[in-house]
Amino acid sequence: MVHDNALFQYLLRLGDNCLIMGQRLSEWCGHGPVLEEDLALTNVALDLIGQARLWLSYAAHVEGGARDEDQLAFLRDAGDFHNVLLVEQPNGNFADTIARQFYFDTWYYFLLLDLQRSANPRVAEIAEKSVKEVAYHVRRSADWVVRLGDGTDESHAKMQAAIDQLWSYTGELFASDGMDEALQQQKVTFDPAKLRAPWVDHVASVLDEATLRLPEQTWMQRGGREGVHSEHLGYLLAEMQFLQRAYPGAHW
Amino acid sequence: MEALATDAVVRPTVEQILLWLNEVADPEIPVISVLDLGIVRDVFWRNEELVVAVTPTYSGCPAMAIIAQDIRTALAGHGIRRLHLETRLSPAWTTDWLSAKGKARLRDYGIAPPVQQVIDISGISRKVSTEPVVNCPHCGSAHTQLISRFGSTPCKALYKCADCREPFDYFKPH
Repeated sequence: MVHDNALFQYLLRLGDNCLIMGQRLSEWCGHGPVLEEDLALTNVALDLIGQARLWLSYAAHVEGGARDEDQLAFLRDAGDFHNVLLVEQPNGNFADTIARQFYFDTWYYFLLLDLQRSANPRVAEIAEKSVKEVAYHVRRSADWVVRLGDGTDESHAKMQAAIDQLWSYTGELFASDGMDEALQQQKVTFDPAKLRAPWVDHVASVLDEATLRLPEQTWMQRGGREGVHSEHLGYLLAEMQFLQRAYPGAHW
Repeated sequence: MEALATDAVVRPTVEQILLWLNEVADPEIPVISVLDLGIVRDVFWRNEELVVAVTPTYSGCPAMAIIAQDIRTALAGHGIRRLHLETRLSPAWTTDWLSAKGKARLRDYGIAPPVQQVIDISGISRKVSTEPVVNCPHCGSAHTQLISRFGSTPCKALYKCADCREPFDYFKPH
C-alpha cells in the first residue's frame, strides 16, 4: 500500500537524478583525461550513488515495503524513471560532462539547502547529509568551467558549445506540477521556481569569469520527471540493469 | 531472585565497550580507530541487546560496510551476542569530531589533517576564497598546492608540496 503517493513520486525524482547522474559519471571510470580527474569523476559518482540509496530506500519505505531500493533501481523500466532529462544526456567530450555537472551541481546544491528545512524530518536529514558532499562537487565543476572556458581557443570553443548544447535541459529543473504543489503546501518541499534566481546568478558569474556567454535561448525541453525520456536513458538502463535482469535476485 | 541472577546475560559496561571499539581500525586509514573518526555516536544497552549507533562519513563510502562488519566481529569476539547496529544520519558527520589523537596520527601517517572546521555550505561564490593553507605532513612547509579536490577516498583531497616536492593526501574538512 502506498502511504503517500506524492511523497513517493518526489523521492523517486530525487533518487533517480542521483542514480542516473552517478551511473553516467561511472562510465568515465578508466577513461578520465588524467588520473586525478578519473578519481574525481568516480568520487562524485560514489557520493551521488550513496545519496540515491538514501532517497530510494526512503521511497521504498514510503511505498509500503513492497519493493526495496535495489528493486527500484534495477527493475523499473525507462517510463517509470523520474529523473530530469539533463542527467541522462551522454557524457560526450570532457567539456560536455563538465557543463552537465555544473548545471546539475549548482541546482542540486540550492535545492538541498532548501530541503534541509523540510517539514519531513527524514527528507531534512538526507538533505543535511548530502549538501556537504554537493558543496565539494559544485566547487569542482565551477573550477573546470573556468579552466576550460578561459583556457586555449579549442577548450574555450568546446566549453561554450557544451554550455549552449545543454542549456535547453535546464528549464525542467525549475518546473512544478500538481504533485509538487501538494507537497509544497505541507512544507515538505518548496517552490522550485525560486531556485532559478540564485542558480542563474551563480551560473552567469562563473561563465563570466570563464569568458563564456550565457545562452539566450528560451525554448526548453521537458518530460523526464513525468517519465518521458530521451532515447539515451534506455541504453543507460540496459547496461546498469543487465545483471539483475539476466540473473534476478543475484547478490554478492 | 537468585534464579534470575544466574539467567541474566553479563552486560559489560559502556566504558568497557568503548575500549573495545577503540581497537577497531578504519579499514582505509588503519592508524585511526572508529572512535578517533567520530562515527560512533551512541552506545547503550536496550535490555539484553547492545545498541551501537554509527553515522556514515560520506553517504557512498564503501568503507562503511566493512566498518560495520569489523565492529560486529570485534564485539562478538568479546562475547557480545546480541548487537543492533543503527545507522544515524543526523546530525551529519563532521571532521570536527575527529579526535586530537586521531589528527596527530593522520599527520604521522602522511595525511594532512583538516585545517579549518566544517566545510562551508553557506555559499558557493568564487569571489570569496575558501581555500585554507594546508601544511605538508612530511616537511611542514606551508607552500603547498591543491592538485585535485578528490583523492584516493571520498574523504581526501590531493595536494603537493612546493618545497619537499612530495605529493600528499589532505583529509578534507567536512
